Amino acid sequence: MAWMDIFRANKPSTAQLAKERLQVIVAHQRAGHLHAPDYLPKLQKELLDVIRKYVAVGEDAVNIEVERDGDTEILELNITVPSSKS
Amino acid sequence: MAKIIVVTSGKGGVGKTTTSASFATGLAQAGHKTVVIDFDVGLRNLDLIMGVERRVVFDFINVIAQEATLKQALIRDKRVENLYILAASQTRDKDALTEAGVARVIDELSKDFDYIVCDSPAGIEKGALLAMHFADEALVVTNPEVSSVRDSDRVLGILSSKTQRAKTGESVKEHLVITRYDANRVARGEMLSVEDVKDILAIPLLGVIPESRDVLNASNQGAPVISMPEVQAAEAYKDLVARFLGEERTHRFLDPSSKGFLNRLFGG
Repeated sequence: MAWMDIFRANKPSTAQLAKERLQVIVAHQRAGHLHAPDYLPKLQKELLDVIRKYVAVGEDAVNIEVERDGDTEILELNITVPSSKS
Repeated sequence: MAKIIVVTSGKGGVGKTTTSASFATGLAQAGHKTVVIDFDVGLRNLDLIMGVERRVVFDFINVIAQEATLKQALIRDKRVENLYILAASQTRDKDALTEAGVARVIDELSKDFDYIVCDSPAGIEKGALLAMHFADEALVVTNPEVSSVRDSDRVLGILSSKTQRAKTGESVKEHLVITRYDANRVARGEMLSVEDVKDILAIPLLGVIPESRDVLNASNQGAPVISMPEVQAAEAYKDLVARFLGEERTHRFLDPSSKGFLNRLFGG
């Protein structure tokens, strides 16, 4: 009952909950947008193709991550190649 | 050159077509030659809301496929001067909508009209993307409710990355339109407030349309709600159009109705 709410002033309203949840979702959504530019999958595939010209590597040999530091974005590439035994 | 405005939201059922119809009508009433295009191929509804469903002979897709001329497909509104409607096709599938085809039609309309209003379908598929693609400005229609706000944020991301303007380094001017606003529920803490939604989406507010039974009454009759006399939702849409055209108007209907106190006490 609505009048009971007067005595439960500490309990956050559902609108407040909605706002808090949305703030988290939206922050994620915008970060997701930032962390995964459209060209990333293609870049990853092409890099893999180039590396495979020289070394036999698996599908997961190339790992790309984008990080944001202030105004700059850092594209971090990790390429795992098997150790040469010769 | 016409100004191109997309009415979009991501989520369905929030009031895109209602807003498109009233917005276009308001622009035409202010003396601007306006066309409103339904981009919802296969599920057209703008013709019903505008009350022209029996006058659709040729549609947007016919014009794109060059089976009809624009002149044949444009439906002149009988109530408001300067207002034209371009219906979506009810039968063709969405693949009939091509970027080149839409570009050509919009280009041709641009020569003749002051405003081109693109009523986007729900979702973020082809029809929605094409409705946004050529836009100079966007009305982002949002209900004060979590799923609608999240979808609007998603659409804002698309507007700033996938549209023609985004690709040429310009930006689409974004306007927030909050619809189905219930000030009484906001006062009771049951609904996100205008400020909450503004905080989250962080774009300028163009208008707030109160929740109103008149919207259904208007659509039943096939008349845009803005044309109904002495109706709050109509007044709110008139304010919205005036603001869009550069006038300063304070936002109305944001306060609970006078019986709000009892409502709050008894949850009525």
